Amino acid sequence: MPKTSIPAELAAIAKQMRREVIEMITQAKSGHPGGSLSATEIIVTLFFDVMRHDPSDPKWKDRDRFILSKGHCCPVLYAVMAEFGYCPKDQLNTLRKLGSVYQGHPDVRFIPALEASTGSLGEGLSLGIGMALAARLDKSPTRAYVLLGDGEIQEGQIWEAAMFAGNNGLDNLCAIVDYNQIQLDGFVKDIMPLEPLEDKWRAFGWHVIGVKGHDIESLQKAFAEAAATKDKPTVIIAHTIKGKGVSFMENNPKFHGMAPTREEADKALQELA
Amino acid sequence: MPVKAKYELKLGAATREAFGRALVELGETNRDVVVLDADLSKSTYTAEFSKKFPERFFQCGIAEANMVAIGSGLASSGKIPFVSSFSAFVLNKGFEQLRVTAAFPNVNLKAVGTHSGISIGEDGPSQMSIEDISLACSLAGFVVLCPADEISMKALVKAAAAYRGPVFIRAGRAKAPVVYPADQQFSIGKAIELAEGTDVTLIATGLLVAESIRAAEILDGEGIAARVIDMHTIKPIDRDAVAKAARETGAIVVAEEHLIDSGLGVRVAQVAAESHPAVMEFVGIHNTYAESGGPDELLDKYGLRAKNVADAARRALQRKRS
Repeated sequence: MPKTSIPAELAAIAKQMRREVIEMITQAKSGHPGGSLSATEIIVTLFFDVMRHDPSDPKWKDRDRFILSKGHCCPVLYAVMAEFGYCPKDQLNTLRKLGSVYQGHPDVRFIPALEASTGSLGEGLSLGIGMALAARLDKSPTRAYVLLGDGEIQEGQIWEAAMFAGNNGLDNLCAIVDYNQIQLDGFVKDIMPLEPLEDKWRAFGWHVIGVKGHDIESLQKAFAEAAATKDKPTVIIAHTIKGKGVSFMENNPKFHGMAPTREEADKALQELA
Repeated sequence: MPVKAKYELKLGAATREAFGRALVELGETNRDVVVLDADLSKSTYTAEFSKKFPERFFQCGIAEANMVAIGSGLASSGKIPFVSSFSAFVLNKGFEQLRVTAAFPNVNLKAVGTHSGISIGEDGPSQMSIEDISLACSLAGFVVLCPADEISMKALVKAAAAYRGPVFIRAGRAKAPVVYPADQQFSIGKAIELAEGTDVTLIATGLLVAESIRAAEILDGEGIAARVIDMHTIKPIDRDAVAKAARETGAIVVAEEHLIDSGLGVRVAQVAAESHPAVMEFVGIHNTYAESGGPDELLDKYGLRAKNVADAARRALQRKRS
């Protein structure tokens, strides 16, 4: 599928990716639909518009890197990468099955085009820093994008990494927080509130942009602003809706980590038609 | 061969210092080598590298978990990162990151833990890494190295850089007796026989290699011919050397500056059990944490001396003959 900068086309792709996510997780009978659906526009905008990458040369040295630090939301990443031929599209529905390349969490041993194996929360920002430092040493235009969950940034390592990136002025690093307000045990505000979140990142030396995370034009503008920001890493706080696009999954903690039944999936697919 | 004539065991540099020197030499020949430290660069000797190659040195502050994963990110982009701190910190605080960002995706990361064992001395047990061999060996796919002296450390750091895959290197704080001639060759996974003998085999690693050579001298005076093996690579262990020792001497003593129930000893025993069971004795730290004190006082008190190795060898021989 060709890349595009047209928001309407990106929105159509996002809808298609959501259908893939529902089908994959339904067939797997387990997985995390809510966080895939909240991150869909972010990942679609990055891969189809913003990032420099070459499906004919997946290990191109100067490519931009994408790290899914919230690894449990891999279905949407798999669906997007499959569109570019980084992994087989006709096997998406083998997600989580024995022998599938589509592991329950991203695994570079099965899909070498992935930039990192993730799944244990809190580690992706540090990995992105390593890739950004390597790019700086090599005088490469590579940018590193790291997608973080909101619950995930309760991990201490995130703030170790935030301090490092801020102090080192890593302007080729861009973190995105998928701020969908829900984690496994319930609402983030009840489990371990993050506010004032923008102030926290600023205090660590980051340029902070708040956006509506399902508004593609806003995301495009935010990524452009991040790329133009010098001497500071950028974090995009993307205000999203968990389960976005499926009425009965939206803002419903139940669908953080539960697969829909076949009946629920059919209803979801109708809504996403 | 007579053991005495061969080994002077003069006190040389600490293995941590040899590590620092090796890094500088590596930095000169390989531009991909980068070094990370967590506010201990003067103690780990990575400060030498940082002075010479400031653009390739990353000061991470006191944040080992972040340091390890940054190293993995650098490795994923083609660099050869050495992440370094006290062994107790890089392994314990960075363990999860070593597991998920380095071991599991098989990333080309080199983790170096200095100040291992109890010979760190006065700083006391919170800084003493007595379980690092166990932890490092539990990381699937990791190579685990524990050099005995400055010569072997320098050579094995270079071997680790040339090897593609995750490696842990264990270094010590105390000055270490020089075991090897400057031109000694080392290969990862290939143990070195330091003394011939057919009565009993002393298999040691790190500081206990020199102690085992001294033990062999003591035993030699009693008419006991002890073979001495430096197991500088704990993983993958040299199975042939262990099997041969078990078969040819029938008695093995394993000596290490580590908890006795989870280090080199149990790994040697596993290989012996699978190849040629032998009578075995173990010298190490027994299910406890040590305390502050001088390095030599601690090695004496916790039974990690030539005398203790020789005692274990006599016990093994007695059991072998009974």
